[in-house]
Amino acid sequence: MSNAPSTSPAVDSKTTENQPLLQIRDLQVGFKTQRGFIPAVKGVDLTLNAGQTLAIVGESGSGKSTTAQAIIDLLPGAGKVTGGEILFEGRDLTKLSAKAMQDVRGRLIGYVPQDPMSNLNPVWNIGFQVEEAIRANGVAQGKDARKRTIEVLQEAGLSDAGDRLKQYPHQFSGGMRQRVLIGIGLSARPKLLIADEPTSALDVTVQRTILDHLATLTRDFGTSVLFITHDLGLAVERAEQLVVMYKGRVVEAGPSAEILANPLHPYTQKLVAAAPSLASRRIQSARRPDTTKTLDISSVGAADNELIARADARENTPQKNLITLESVSKIYKIRQGGFKTKELKAVDDVSFAIPRGTTRALVGESGSGKSTVAKLVLQLEDITSGRIDFEGNSVADIRGRDLLAFRRRVQPVFQDPYGSLDPVYSVGDTIAEPLVAHRVGDRKSRQARVRELLDQVALPLSTVNRYPNELSGGQRQRIAVARALALKPDVIVLDEAVSALDVLVQGQILTLLTDLQAELGLTYLFITHDLAVVRLVADTVSVMQKGKIVESATTDEVFDNPQNIYTQKLLEAIPGAHFSFGR
Amino acid sequence: MQNSSSGPGHFVAQLDDTPLAAVDSVDESEKARSSFADAWDAMRGRPMFWISLVMIALILVVAAFPNLFTQTKPNLGCLLPDSNGGPEAGHPFGFTRQGCDIYSRVIFGAQASVTVGILATVLVTVFGGIIGALAGFYGGFLDAVVSRIGDIFFAIPTVLGAIVLMSVLPTRTPVTVALVLALFAWPQIARIMRGSVVAAKNADYVTASIALGVSRFRILVRHVVPNAIAPVIVVATTSLGTFIVAEATLSFLGIGLPPDVMSWGNDIGQARASIATAPMVLFYPAAALSLTVLSFLVLGDVVRDALDPKARARR
Amino acid sequence: MFRYIGLRLLQLIPVFFGATLLIYFMVFSLPGDPIAALFGERPPPQSVIDTIREQYHLNDPFIVQYLYYVGGILTGDLGTTYSGRPVSDLLGQAFPITFRLAMLALFFEAVAGIAVGLIAGLRKGKFFDASALVVSLLLISVPTFVVGFILQYVFSIQLGLFRTTVGPGAPIQDLILPAIVLATVSFAYIVRLTRASVADNMQADFVRTATAKGLTRGRVVRVHILRNSLIPVVTFLGVDIGSLMVGAIVTEGIFNINGVGGTVYQAIKRGEGPTVVSFVAVMVIIYMLANLLVDLLYAALDPRIRYAK
Repeated sequence: MSNAPSTSPAVDSKTTENQPLLQIRDLQVGFKTQRGFIPAVKGVDLTLNAGQTLAIVGESGSGKSTTAQAIIDLLPGAGKVTGGEILFEGRDLTKLSAKAMQDVRGRLIGYVPQDPMSNLNPVWNIGFQVEEAIRANGVAQGKDARKRTIEVLQEAGLSDAGDRLKQYPHQFSGGMRQRVLIGIGLSARPKLLIADEPTSALDVTVQRTILDHLATLTRDFGTSVLFITHDLGLAVERAEQLVVMYKGRVVEAGPSAEILANPLHPYTQKLVAAAPSLASRRIQSARRPDTTKTLDISSVGAADNELIARADARENTPQKNLITLESVSKIYKIRQGGFKTKELKAVDDVSFAIPRGTTRALVGESGSGKSTVAKLVLQLEDITSGRIDFEGNSVADIRGRDLLAFRRRVQPVFQDPYGSLDPVYSVGDTIAEPLVAHRVGDRKSRQARVRELLDQVALPLSTVNRYPNELSGGQRQRIAVARALALKPDVIVLDEAVSALDVLVQGQILTLLTDLQAELGLTYLFITHDLAVVRLVADTVSVMQKGKIVESATTDEVFDNPQNIYTQKLLEAIPGAHFSFGR
Repeated sequence: MQNSSSGPGHFVAQLDDTPLAAVDSVDESEKARSSFADAWDAMRGRPMFWISLVMIALILVVAAFPNLFTQTKPNLGCLLPDSNGGPEAGHPFGFTRQGCDIYSRVIFGAQASVTVGILATVLVTVFGGIIGALAGFYGGFLDAVVSRIGDIFFAIPTVLGAIVLMSVLPTRTPVTVALVLALFAWPQIARIMRGSVVAAKNADYVTASIALGVSRFRILVRHVVPNAIAPVIVVATTSLGTFIVAEATLSFLGIGLPPDVMSWGNDIGQARASIATAPMVLFYPAAALSLTVLSFLVLGDVVRDALDPKARARR
Repeated sequence: MFRYIGLRLLQLIPVFFGATLLIYFMVFSLPGDPIAALFGERPPPQSVIDTIREQYHLNDPFIVQYLYYVGGILTGDLGTTYSGRPVSDLLGQAFPITFRLAMLALFFEAVAGIAVGLIAGLRKGKFFDASALVVSLLLISVPTFVVGFILQYVFSIQLGLFRTTVGPGAPIQDLILPAIVLATVSFAYIVRLTRASVADNMQADFVRTATAKGLTRGRVVRVHILRNSLIPVVTFLGVDIGSLMVGAIVTEGIFNINGVGGTVYQAIKRGEGPTVVSFVAVMVIIYMLANLLVDLLYAALDPRIRYAK
């Protein structure tokens, strides 16, 4: 391997600032499994100079987190460094004894983990967990340690730290816990901070403030940062240097701006092209609307007349609203122990309409009530007040046969690709389930329909006998889409349907959805926390905050000329929003 | 290796080294398999699975057809001169204090233990499972009532409750012992099933099914129960062993099976008197009992490892 | 925390009435003459029957009988034994002995069980772990009374290390062997539970973070892995007190200890139904109270419980 030091000569200049702090050479890491030894990192080289920030970008399974964990020997049980060296200030960390490594961790190299919910011990209070780090690294002892704990937490952005030391992690919000973890990571003023997807579990606006804060701190302390992220925009915005990983290897490395403007490796090019940003445009379907496909099989004889009538209808009338929400509210009663209840207005006076064949995006952060709207539209929960109309008829209190008929025409696709498919059902049975539930066709015609649907979502026919646990997140989501299409519905409610997917897979699914919409004339309610994605698929957008819609307009208007302060803040918070990606 | 670089410090790997795979393609070379097939594979590879299975099969055959294994009638031909006698031809394990053949008593004793174990387990699993599933799935009033009743039974330790009830029951047979044990043990299974059903009920695939128009009952039977059953299977397998121990304990105390019913528990209790002079009289029925319990415990462990998604993910 | 204790106490009330009603119902409302059933094959003299009929108010309607019974329990009147002694007297003598035995057994099983389970969990898949698993399975599958016979035979009769039966007043040194017998099965369960829990927690994210902070391995194990693994073990102790009680009946019977269990054992052997029922009812009540204590301990260990409503 001769590609090792290729990033260093260029930045190798006079000051000590630019001395390499961390040099990884030909690092190999593998995992022992029942099927044998599986390599996860296959010869990675990278150099991080003192005071610099370097981001490793890659999708899940690229080996980016494994690389980071290998540096301070935090690999999970079955993982092992099998080759190469990790030089930190010239010392090879892979050769250190367990004791010497303890000394490096925390004191020289800090670590900020990904998921703030699971990374603090639930049984110890916050003060204890911070103080423990301070004592272990010899920063302060005795009374000073307590004082220092408060300072550390204040630095991390918890201004009322003194009062909150005795509180437990479950009493903190996700953003606050992440601040605590950042405080812990920086408590001993390490020379290097490894931040492994530090904000991917948080809302964008929270993410922004926390990353801004982290940047200020590391600049003040002169800490180098190794950023691990799946988000290209974030990497570019936060790091001078970029390393793109793919399947355990480095495919491209160099200054971020340079890579962004001029991606050379085909993988990086694809990544850059797929990254949604403010500059993106709505995906246009390459497919023509094929109206025959939406016709009922039983009415094939009347196809011609039907087609003519449809064409007429489309030309003459402006698209009618298929779904209309008028002043819809949803109040939950929360029991507070005993007989006291508190009212929570999850959805507050929400109104919007979706014209047939278009996509409305509903955007908001966690707790905004957007997913409750999805449940209300799907008739999974009853509205407290207001009105929901489908084709001009109220569907608020329908039951029994009417509800079943409604469900046939409005189908869902949910977020978690690991949770929305029953693990004991084969793919074929999953897709056929709505057909069985609504007693459509016989066994044979159902099988035919399943094959047709698999084809529509571009999955091979052999998938029919597989089970969800054998498929990737993207594939599962295709199956969820196929299941939703089985009954030839008019509306699909997509609740965070692409949020858990890697960017390339996300792009694929979005294209698929756009194609299906063009082909089948579908109407989408697209619920997401990710504004950048909205621009790729939506015709109109509603922005939700605390149960209310704060802004509603066409996608272009919202992006180009946002009126509401909250919308502006959301747009502002999109990582890498202001970079123009080379594509 | 040559790098194609454009700007300073801009490294690009050779495409030959890092070929691009199609995004998110299905690996069609792998065999399609359900999670149950996965669990089966995990169990199949473990020797303990087969050992415990063979042991259990053997015990079941012995319990069902004791006459296949011995011609000696365990209660007849007990001769006091043989009392605590050592092994001899035709009597491989020797004789009890009453001069009965130990081997045949061990063989015939299997039936009572196995009957109690299996019957109690089936009762507890079926009733506890159904009650727990309905309470967990439908919630509300039914759940509240079932949970409170369960709490009451839960407040009485199984064997303690059985001691009270057995000491007043006029008839004592393997069936009544099993019924009594099941009466006090069902809340455990019901609780596990309930918790498991509540977890499965809140899964996204259930919400998805409701929105697709699948009926509630079909969701319970086709989605929730299959996904919630694993922990119940594990506990049921293990509890079969503990029921057998409970029966032996009751018989030892003298309120389980009456002395004229051949059972390991009774034999162990009676062997106590001769422990100093003839420890083997105690050893054989105790070993038979322990091996039986052990077989079910080991099977339970193997099944748990195979069904536990956490354990599987770690492999 | 006080709110939590209050809530748990309130929940205990219906369970108390339910459980006592259930026991009472089982004994006195089954078809047939309860007195005949209680005494089995040896019918007592008429005078005893009369005393019992009056004592249990068997001539009154069922619910009145029950209310008398519960009233008795609440005022400390637990009825009389076959020989006419008040149960509460007997209990006053027997309870301290059983309490000492149970505490000793709890101590053995908790200390040894957690220690072995911890080491096994930390070395999952290694030799120590495999042996611990095999031994624990064996211990669970051998009934307590068999363990009792064997240990009594080996240590008392063969080696003469302990007295065969416990002397009057049950001094601690005499209780060691019975306590070990009593502890075996629960010890095995605690080993398995601790091992599984430790192995689970070793994979936890917060343990990785603790390591990343620069803590020593010993501190990570003690403060983060062990501490968190104790939570399920403590929950198990609640259930375990029930099996300790049954175990106490068997063990005290074998070692001739005049505790609560021994009294029940003797009463069962002599066919004295009323004594069995009164004592078991008391044991159930103690079990409920012990479980309340365990719940509080659990809340002390897990702040998520403590602060939840």
